[in-house]
Amino acid sequence: MTKDIIVQRERRVGWLLVLPALLLLLGVFAYPIGQAFWQSLFNQNLGTQLTSEFTGLSNYARMTQDGRFWQTMWNTSVFTFFSVFFEFLLGLGVALVLNQSFRGRGIVRTVAILPWALPTALIALAWTWIFNDQYGIVNDILLRLGLIQTGINWLGNPTLAMGAVIFADVWKTTPFISILLLAGLQSISEDLYEAHRIDGASPWQSFRQITLPLLMPQIVIALLFRFAQAFGIFDLIAVMTGGGPGGATETVSLYIYSTVMRYLDFGYGAALVVVTFVLLILVVAIAAFFLNRSRAKARGVN
Amino acid sequence: MTQTDLKPTQAHTTNAPALEVRSLNKTFAPTVVPVKNLNLTVERGEFLTLLGPSGCGKSTVLRMIAGLEHPTKGQVLIDGEDVTRLSPSDRNIAMVFQSYALYPHMTVHDNIASGLKLRRIPKGDIEDRIRDVVDFLGLHELLNRKPGQLSGGQRQRVAVARTLVRRPSVFLLDEPLSNLDALLRENVRAELKQLFESQQAPVVYVTHDQVEAMTLSSKVAVLNEGYLQQLDTPERIYTHPANRFVAGFVGSPQMNFLTLPCDGQSVTLGNRRAPLPTEVRTDAKEITLGIRPEHVRLAREGESPTVEGTVSLVEHLGMHKLYTVQVPGKMPMTVRSLIPLSHTHSDRPIKLVFSGNAIHWFDAETGDRLNQD
Repeated sequence: MTKDIIVQRERRVGWLLVLPALLLLLGVFAYPIGQAFWQSLFNQNLGTQLTSEFTGLSNYARMTQDGRFWQTMWNTSVFTFFSVFFEFLLGLGVALVLNQSFRGRGIVRTVAILPWALPTALIALAWTWIFNDQYGIVNDILLRLGLIQTGINWLGNPTLAMGAVIFADVWKTTPFISILLLAGLQSISEDLYEAHRIDGASPWQSFRQITLPLLMPQIVIALLFRFAQAFGIFDLIAVMTGGGPGGATETVSLYIYSTVMRYLDFGYGAALVVVTFVLLILVVAIAAFFLNRSRAKARGVN
Repeated sequence: MTQTDLKPTQAHTTNAPALEVRSLNKTFAPTVVPVKNLNLTVERGEFLTLLGPSGCGKSTVLRMIAGLEHPTKGQVLIDGEDVTRLSPSDRNIAMVFQSYALYPHMTVHDNIASGLKLRRIPKGDIEDRIRDVVDFLGLHELLNRKPGQLSGGQRQRVAVARTLVRRPSVFLLDEPLSNLDALLRENVRAELKQLFESQQAPVVYVTHDQVEAMTLSSKVAVLNEGYLQQLDTPERIYTHPANRFVAGFVGSPQMNFLTLPCDGQSVTLGNRRAPLPTEVRTDAKEITLGIRPEHVRLAREGESPTVEGTVSLVEHLGMHKLYTVQVPGKMPMTVRSLIPLSHTHSDRPIKLVFSGNAIHWFDAETGDRLNQD
């Protein structure tokens, strides 16, 4: 217990200053989340004529039997894994290139951010046309190169459609990762690379032994952000395929949207939200743990 | 002490100098201080200091020896072998950086081991060599710490350990003391001197601090604006500066420079005329006299003073007092003199004598030294 009056007073002022933000967070995060939890224990749909009936955990029991839920979970996982994987690889590559000094680097940097700055819905629309089976530029190029004889129905084939939305997402969000990683790269002192070269390291060895470990905090942050965003992907897929063909690209967010807004099944929709939320929180918590560790490591105090 | 263990194992039989730099040039590089036509040789066991103000090109020279910069022209030879086109990793040099450049995510042990591991030295040998160096520098307790947990002095030792363990052909040190506080710097300086005296491989040391250069080196190269000004022993640099720049840069408090009217035979000093030494003959109308404040002393009773003036400033330096004296005359001058602490300053004119054999003569225009001894 401290008796220091100044420390006590500072602490009081500190709480006072944090209070508005805390109240805001309570209002816009804690309350809706709590509400969703509460609602997931009720049945409220067209069958009950939209009145709430307490059903305990039956919504969760229903979920285990819901094939469409598991399908969307799988789709979401596939989309998340592949999009984040390629975004990370490409983003790291772009960041490494942009970290070199060359003529016109400023312009290239600006251009490289552009896809990230554009609205997703517009981008999605553009990609829908790019992948269009009759007028799309992808088919046009492939036809001209003689690689295919007839146009491919990209968004009509389950596997190709998933590939197409992943491709579009990678195109759009790679810049996000490269900008984050670029900031990290720039904070690594050039001296370390020079010392390592004198120690006898090849560029690849320097990359593995200096760049990667020291960039780890930024890598974890980038992956964390991208994971959360990819797991909740909605707009891009809603515009490009609407979840089709035959549910092949339907993600959990799209399913929740349909459940609540189309089938008006509020109780079950709430249960879906809760499960997705808990999954996300789990992953974020694990990532945060690794983030703290990698930060301490890179700072050299642990 | 296991000093012998730290010496390079291979015997050098060649007569070539350990390090040679031939007409080295670095020009037209926007981010690098240029270097112009530099020639240097460093023998085994020598400690060469590159001394100069910031922007004189000394770090560029070091980086070219290391292979971190490529010379525009000229060659770098190590043990007689031309390494100009080799990458830093193929030169068998080791370097202490100003920032120490310790790998923050590795323990002290791994920092020291890094260069050996990268060169695929057997694990047993690595541990032996690390143990020798760690014994030598007393780093036992620090081996498992990360650089972030070390003090500035400890980091510096680890950086030195990382170079010693390599047993390189040449040691390069880039202002290794500039990040230490003044007291620590003096201790570490003495330690460095001892440490590298026990090494066979030559040391090239870059600093802007003349005290470091004087205390550590067996040879000093003074650089200015990319040009070598003088390459000599520390004593000669101090007693026989090759030009006005060296004379002014080395020595603290700084040498007095008095530009005097001259008729080829004698100069006008205050209200007196003084003959020029016979070897200093010049047709110029002016000549620069240089004399260090410690060679300007009070005139004894009855002795005729070289100059006479009034004290305008007294600075206590601890061992001495530094007087700034205004000398009136046709060409008023300022002379600074180190005076014993016992002397008490009064308003009377002060009489000063220049020790005759400590006077340097410089060409007033080119700054070149004119007297031979």
